[in-house]
Amino acid sequence: MSSADGNGYSLAELLACAASRLLEDNRAVFVGTGLPMIAAMLAQRTHAPHLLIVFEAGGVGPRVPSLPVSVGDSRTFHQAVLASSMHDVMAACSAGYIDYGFLGGAAIDQYGNLNTTVFGEWEQPTVRLPGSGGANDIGSFCWRTIYMMRNQSPRTFMRKLPFITTPGYLSGPGAREAVGLPAGCGPYRVITQLGVYGFDEETRRMMLLACHPGVTVDEIQANSEFEILVPGKVSETEPPTLEERRLLHKIDPTAMVLGR
Amino acid sequence: MEIVDSGRGELIGWHDPDENRAWVRDHKPRGLIDKRMSVADAVGRFVHDGDYIAVGGFGHIRTPMALIYEIIRQGRRDLAVAGKTAVHDLDILIGGGCVSKVECAYSFGHEMRGLSPCGRRAVESGQVKVVAETSNGAYQWRFLAGMMGIPFIPARNLLGTDTFARSSCKTALDPWSGKPVVLIPAAYPDVALLHVPRCDCYGNAQIDGILVEDLELARAARRVLVTTEEIVPESVIRQDPRQTAIPYYVVDAVCHVPYGAHPAQMPYLYFFDEKHIAEWLRLSKTVEGTDRYMERYVRGVADFDEYLDRVGGLGRMQELQQIETGQEEEAGQ
Repeated sequence: MSSADGNGYSLAELLACAASRLLEDNRAVFVGTGLPMIAAMLAQRTHAPHLLIVFEAGGVGPRVPSLPVSVGDSRTFHQAVLASSMHDVMAACSAGYIDYGFLGGAAIDQYGNLNTTVFGEWEQPTVRLPGSGGANDIGSFCWRTIYMMRNQSPRTFMRKLPFITTPGYLSGPGAREAVGLPAGCGPYRVITQLGVYGFDEETRRMMLLACHPGVTVDEIQANSEFEILVPGKVSETEPPTLEERRLLHKIDPTAMVLGR
Repeated sequence: MEIVDSGRGELIGWHDPDENRAWVRDHKPRGLIDKRMSVADAVGRFVHDGDYIAVGGFGHIRTPMALIYEIIRQGRRDLAVAGKTAVHDLDILIGGGCVSKVECAYSFGHEMRGLSPCGRRAVESGQVKVVAETSNGAYQWRFLAGMMGIPFIPARNLLGTDTFARSSCKTALDPWSGKPVVLIPAAYPDVALLHVPRCDCYGNAQIDGILVEDLELARAARRVLVTTEEIVPESVIRQDPRQTAIPYYVVDAVCHVPYGAHPAQMPYLYFFDEKHIAEWLRLSKTVEGTDRYMERYVRGVADFDEYLDRVGGLGRMQELQQIETGQEEEAGQ
């Protein structure tokens, strides 16, 4: 990819920047490894120095020295404010402390429900995936969940999921509250290799917000099995700046994630 | 309390709270007993065919691998395993033919290192059965209810999903708010396996860094086997009792096993052995390769000391120590 100023950035850099800009200062974010971690670290080094990073295994507010390979890696509690436990962190989520949560998965539907468990029948799966991990907890408890999926296609943006591992808006407006999930939270943004999506307030269906540079609305629609809502005005994702790219490569000097 | 919905997953590791209290009264050691023993003795005495086991630490972090290898060497069968970010431990146990059931929160994957060829093959072929789904948080709270000796704990996750439908949980109306809540049943694993940096001979154990699930798990499990990098005098524990994560009265065996988490990471002591993990992920792509790994590193060695020799001995351990303590850049990165 390239931008007007000849800044040749990669897809991973674009996605990391798009995610990073969503994170506000003085808020708390629950992250996994990979791009979400990089996005949160970039936010701390740019517009959100007081962003609180929380890991599910118990690391809270670390000064991450280099990219962790696991959410329990000792780098997730390096110079942290707290090295506690999964119970402590999940309890904080349940109690309402965590503003943002990152999710990723094998397939998503129009309401932001997510599958990371199986394809095929649950009893005899054709593909067995790892399951919820902390995803169901993040999707249930965090105020705003952000999905990162680098493989948008009609096979991953599905009309009907074979298995709902993690709740999005379930079957639409009011459905989360009706089943007893905490009120006022749920899917916020979906970032894929093609664009950035939000969710329509009225229908809770996925809605296009921005196309990445060079991507058309037709391509967006062609890469989804369900219809994506398209508002009158669709913007273009702001490309990474040279300064953001410089910071990203300081965060991931060996391109462990950025090189993927 | 009105039950609104019930998950269809198999409930494993649950006991009537009075039955479990009586079991605790009759079996858990309130007297100070020197519990040091070999890993072979600990597994021989406390791990049985068909047991429901849970492993402390997180994924590839602070994983009690010496106990895992010994369970395979002693040929345990039909284990049910708590798949709560069960990564290398569960994968190796499946490869060793020890596992028939998994309750899955996160299993069959290796986080950023990719999916597990061995675990996936076992589930997709029917060799291992997933008997229930849950989330990491919900599994954590099974142990929380277990350590409290209560039958269940109410929570607000899982609701509205297939994860709930395949779980062993129920949904009821909260008598106060009137809103639906999920009831997460207690879990009392038959055996918990833990690795810690230091412990006295009675089982008073300290953990450096995150506790992950070990505090709740150790108190919920019926039998607790602890391997430790170092055995310290009781006076070290009594000097700073706030550091005790696991008290002696929940512990049944203490085994002195330096580097006992290899190839997993031991916070502040040694780093992941990426070379060895990669070798397992490569070999376990086939059944033959899996058997070759078992022969080379598990069944074909007498004990953990011999295993350490095969993976590079003290020289390799010192390299991993230097990476973890920041004295050396991670090789190949």
